[in-house]
Amino acid sequence: MKQTQIDQLGDELYQALVKREVLEPLTNRVDDITIEDAYQIQQRMLSRRIEAGETVIGKKIGVTSKAVQNMLGVHQPDFGWLTDGMVYNEGESIPIDTLIQPKAEGEIAFVLKHDIQGPGVTAADVLRATEGVMACFEIVDSRIRDWKIKIQDTVADNASCGVFVLGSALVDPREVDLVTCGMVLEKNGEVAVTGAGAATLSSPVNAVVWLINMLGSLGIGLKAGEVVLSGALGAMVPVAAGDSLRVTIGGVGGCSVRFV
Amino acid sequence: MNLSKATIEKLAEYLENCELNAEDTPKITDEHPDMDFEDAYAIQDAIRARKIARGHRIVGLKAGLTSHAKMKQMGVTEPVFGFMADYYSVPEGGEVKVSELIHPKVEPEIAFVTKAPLKGPGCHIGAVLAATDFLMPGIEVIDSRYRDFKFDLKSVVADNTSAARFVIGGKPARPADVDLRTVGVVLEKNGEPVALGAGAAVLGHPAAAIAMLANMLGRRGQEIPAGTLILSGGVTEAVAVAAGDEVTLRVQGMGSTALRFV
Repeated sequence: MKQTQIDQLGDELYQALVKREVLEPLTNRVDDITIEDAYQIQQRMLSRRIEAGETVIGKKIGVTSKAVQNMLGVHQPDFGWLTDGMVYNEGESIPIDTLIQPKAEGEIAFVLKHDIQGPGVTAADVLRATEGVMACFEIVDSRIRDWKIKIQDTVADNASCGVFVLGSALVDPREVDLVTCGMVLEKNGEVAVTGAGAATLSSPVNAVVWLINMLGSLGIGLKAGEVVLSGALGAMVPVAAGDSLRVTIGGVGGCSVRFV
Repeated sequence: MNLSKATIEKLAEYLENCELNAEDTPKITDEHPDMDFEDAYAIQDAIRARKIARGHRIVGLKAGLTSHAKMKQMGVTEPVFGFMADYYSVPEGGEVKVSELIHPKVEPEIAFVTKAPLKGPGCHIGAVLAATDFLMPGIEVIDSRYRDFKFDLKSVVADNTSAARFVIGGKPARPADVDLRTVGVVLEKNGEPVALGAGAAVLGHPAAAIAMLANMLGRRGQEIPAGTLILSGGVTEAVAVAAGDEVTLRVQGMGSTALRFV
């Protein structure tokens, strides 16, 4: 793709984000967008957010479950950027009109205590570099009409990230079996979804290893203090104004969020 | 009760023979549409009596249809219950011969072992936890005797809730040391995670299934004796298996258990 076209699509996605509008799938409009092109569009969209005053505070990993990989016809995850404009703390309410077509996912967030750079990073390195893990909600949202996404559409659209909510406990990853920890997502008091750590590439640590090595191959490292959302532990749940959600992760803690 | 004693005995013999010969059958309510739940449990009890008469022991109980999603789908508000005969038990890491079964599937479950009797009505989660000696990972092998899994709930109850084989193993955990709502289960087939979930998928809390069992038995004047092994119900959907498959269940804080299909 030509740089002008990449810039144009990145700008359109940014405008859609700001105006809460949807675009037709990019893959319907432009032939043969590669995943590399899509990451360049993502970069353009991000640069517009940074120009507008947002700061990068972490990364999210997406497409980590077998089911979603099969749906999108890919065999690897993707990633997007977290900014200070996207974070909510436990107990804060999210105005639903700041989002377009939101869905909630229960995840484990990693908070880094050291800088870490791939390639060649192992699970042991990730655990050593992790200050703690937290229960969190990722509120995914798509700037593409009706979530009609192919992998290129979601990558370009910042991996369909909307906002995220961090719980209030930080747990040493040495104290938890992150593969078997269970995830219970309740919506308005009813169990909506359950899952377990193994949903993300067999272990949330594997997802973080993938991210660091993938970014490392592009010369990008992660910094101490960055937050990494490691991928959904169960299916997405649609949300609307008035909904109250809680996620609890065995041994890790919980996180609540309300939509108003 | 709408069926005669003779009909119940005849259906029990027929269904048990389907199990013993690994032959499937259309669901029995096709020919007995007026069969009710009491009849269905009476048929299950008659199958149990046939096994005991041949010298088998009953080694445990089980709950089935324990997820709210499945219950809604089947239009019921309570799970169903069955029993496990001694020859259903597979040693840790042991083999299950698929030639002895029709179309087996596996379900990840939490196994309870009691240390005190449980008697309903009025049994609740607290009473169940107080009466629980320890918990373990359990894999249940279900094998509905009904052709292509086409059945209704009454037919399933009569068929001993599809019970066929089970394995328990891993690290026993005391109930006070585990949060059974958030405990995670990961079922792996040939090394790959194929089904995963958390305890809350079973009626919000697996002990609720045991309480419902005690309450159901209480209405019939029975109790769950101390020392009973109870499989509390599938945490995820059942996964089909074939000869050559190796299945491992990992449960948070309880290690793992495994079996092989040959």
